[in-house]
Amino acid sequence: MAELTYLQAISDGLRTEMRRDKRVFVIGEDVGVYGGAFKVTLGFQEEFGHWRVIDAPLAETAIVGACTGAAIMGMRPVAEMQFADFISCAWDQLVTVAAKQRWRAGTPVPMVVRLPSGGGFSGGPFHSQNPESSFAHIPGLKCVCPATPEDAKGLLISAIEDPNPVLYFEHKHLYRRIKAEVPEERYTVPIGKARVHQEGEDISVITWGAMVYTAEEAAKQLDDVSVEIVDLRTVMPWDKAAVLESVRKTSKVLVLHEDTRTGGFGAEIAATIAEDAFEDLDAPVKRIAAPDTPVPFSPPLEKAFIPQVDDVAAGLRELAEY
Amino acid sequence: MAIAREAEPVGSLREVRDAGLDREDLLQVYRNMVLTRGIEERGHILYRQGKIPGSFYTGRGNEAASVGVAAAMGPDDVGTPLHRDMGVHVTRGVEPWRIFAQYMGRVDGPTRGRDGNVHMADSKLGLIAMVSHLPAMLPVAVGAALAFRIREEKRVAVAWFGEGASARGDCHEGMTLAGVRKLPVVFVCDNNQWAYSTPTHLEYATEHVADRADAYGFEGIVVDGTDVLAVYREVKRAIEKARAGGGPTLIESLTLRMEGHAVHDDAFYVPKQMFEEWAKSDPLERFRTWLRENADLTDEEEDEIASEVKRTLNEALRRAEESPLPEAPQLLEGVYASPEDLDTPHHK
Repeated sequence: MAELTYLQAISDGLRTEMRRDKRVFVIGEDVGVYGGAFKVTLGFQEEFGHWRVIDAPLAETAIVGACTGAAIMGMRPVAEMQFADFISCAWDQLVTVAAKQRWRAGTPVPMVVRLPSGGGFSGGPFHSQNPESSFAHIPGLKCVCPATPEDAKGLLISAIEDPNPVLYFEHKHLYRRIKAEVPEERYTVPIGKARVHQEGEDISVITWGAMVYTAEEAAKQLDDVSVEIVDLRTVMPWDKAAVLESVRKTSKVLVLHEDTRTGGFGAEIAATIAEDAFEDLDAPVKRIAAPDTPVPFSPPLEKAFIPQVDDVAAGLRELAEY
Repeated sequence: MAIAREAEPVGSLREVRDAGLDREDLLQVYRNMVLTRGIEERGHILYRQGKIPGSFYTGRGNEAASVGVAAAMGPDDVGTPLHRDMGVHVTRGVEPWRIFAQYMGRVDGPTRGRDGNVHMADSKLGLIAMVSHLPAMLPVAVGAALAFRIREEKRVAVAWFGEGASARGDCHEGMTLAGVRKLPVVFVCDNNQWAYSTPTHLEYATEHVADRADAYGFEGIVVDGTDVLAVYREVKRAIEKARAGGGPTLIESLTLRMEGHAVHDDAFYVPKQMFEEWAKSDPLERFRTWLRENADLTDEEEDEIASEVKRTLNEALRRAEESPLPEAPQLLEGVYASPEDLDTPHHK
């Protein structure tokens, strides 16, 4: 075991697969010589050559479309969006072509799109978004959102191995802030399985990505309330059974995400809990999410946008007192 | 002012032989064109009989272009043909009964009733199924070419689009990536002069779509899309150039869409005179005449091809009508691929 940052764990997972499987290649803007905007692929071009670590023109449609074509021809492409926000330019390729090809034409599209997402450093409206719910809504796509270095590596390997288009949301605020022991050998983390980040008895927090740590900090503020934190890890397919199990145990639930509230994936989770665990609840399902605005630039506005530790602690207290 | 090269028509049988087609090949090309038109004519009848749900599209006028391009492809080459390119499916060897099954939404259509029209492809024949967002298939074909380049395989991808689709960003992005990386891809623009009701002068401001190739760093060629042999010769050269590492080519094949955008459209906006003019160079009639004048096509051979195609179509219709409609629970199958699905020729 070595201690790796979340970012190093992503690199490690990608390098592991590229060494193991010649079909895996990387394509994106500035991923080669520069090593990627966040340096996830630093040194990759030296090791794997410029036909497996491809500096693409500034053309997300071409990048994702080319990955689709290459995947159909038996490759295992890993595209990097420089920021998750830029996936909007490749929406059509993912949603119209890649997502539907297996169901429609029987042609699997095994590819991964890496999406550096999330805010917290004044990235503004176009470098901070968390667009996972938009893609979770599209049948045929999978969406993973690791929170820990161990999951970052294991889920990336699973995503590359998966025979479907997988969107891999890597939260930028975790890149260098979060460090943990990561196994050196190759391993996978199953797509669609949640993880209990912290066991508790009184309230369940259902969350993913950077909000796992916000929930953890908030829980520390409540001495007399035992909080269970379920890290969903995968938004599509999501681990309904694990969520319902936790809800049945605690009977109170807070759904927390950094994406905006209306139509955010938390709405789906809350609706499912209402349908399947209504009788087990001792309080209405509570949601904490960003307000329905674009992501702001200026620090006080951004702080008001991204759910903060105090906001979550207040939500937990409210539920505890209900 | 045109930048693209305007291709000459094909002349003698000898010139055709030099391009790689012997007399037997020529008869096969002719047969595939007759079959292509036959499938779409029968489709029209099925539609009027109420047996085809939704709408119905044909490529009447594009038979030479689609068959000519496909005839120039090698067995391991791949392509992304569109809804005017039935001749590509026919030439690559799709069984006609499966096309009728596709039209009628039956389980034996290549998409098993999940998609209609020519939104289909048999991946075993090296084809990738199109989507309605037509230029979206260009980056996909470029990606297939990228895979060939990475693996250093001597294979070529053919990417189809229309002059209407040439306005979209996918087209520009796909050609940019293919150009900078000199990928083994041939772009084929089926320019049928009408994007639904929009004429070419409202679609692009250059003289030819192929003029743009120069801006992407490769050659553009305009060819008469009613001349199957000229299409074949130009595409063959482009494919072999790409195979040898010479990078992409953009070939614009000029035709007229001889029917409406789809079956509901009477194309009132197309000047009558334009239809009359282009009817004079009907691709089938043009090639039949050429074969008679240059390759001694006999009445017997012509009759034999006509009756073989007729038999094939009758049998195909009978078999397709026997194919069942899909059942509701099948809707949920295969939204996601399983690892076993990767056991295809491409994923070894």
